[in-house]
Amino acid sequence: MRATLAGGFTDIRVLMTHPMETGLRKDQDGKLVPMHFIQSVIVKVNGKTVVDSQTSQAVSRNPVFSFRVKGGARGDKIEVSWVDNQGETNSTEAAVA
Amino acid sequence: MNALRRAVLGLIAIALVKPLAALAATWNKDAFGAKSAADALKSLGTPAPVPSSDVVIDAPEIAEIGAVVPIEITSKVPGTSSIVVLIEKNPFPLLGKFDFMEGALPFVKVNVKMGETSDVRVIAQAGGKTYVATREVKVTIGGCGG
Repeated sequence: MRATLAGGFTDIRVLMTHPMETGLRKDQDGKLVPMHFIQSVIVKVNGKTVVDSQTSQAVSRNPVFSFRVKGGARGDKIEVSWVDNQGETNSTEAAVA
Repeated sequence: MNALRRAVLGLIAIALVKPLAALAATWNKDAFGAKSAADALKSLGTPAPVPSSDVVIDAPEIAEIGAVVPIEITSKVPGTSSIVVLIEKNPFPLLGKFDFMEGALPFVKVNVKMGETSDVRVIAQAGGKTYVATREVKVTIGGCGG
């Protein structure tokens, strides 16, 4: 994740490692690969939720999201977390640079 | 005895129900499972939107590979609190719903999969009103199955 100050806002860019399987893709043996995708992405700034989102399997593999928050200061703590349809979860933190 | 039993059962019930309830509140299964944009919006409870040039969609006119199509969305409608993104011709059109609060700008950029050439429809909600913009993206090679 990268969080930088831009003109009047904080630009947050986050890359997630995830297969984002749609349930429509077949493997080498011709069997359908089960759905496996991120369903929720939450962005927090200094512990406060600023973006709360629900997502589908149509987000590309290894998702890249950008969000923006008004203002901000160097050192603000940004946390991005996700939950997928199989209950797996992950989160990442960065300070605004 | 009865009170104790009730308390124990209550605790078990909370333990069982809590995680499920938390998930259900987050992810709208009906909306995401809808096979048309209209049904998805109905499940989300989104009021009928009016067209607006203040909802801006930046996307390529032609995407050679549908597996990774960059889409950037900005709402210039004052007080926008949420953005819904639909890819009309995908098997399940609803891509996502983004709620903004505590100073988050109504902006999102994300790479998406598109099965075929389709309109991308974005609905911004501000107050009790909704505003819509659409943009067509032509897809050369679809990106849903493979």
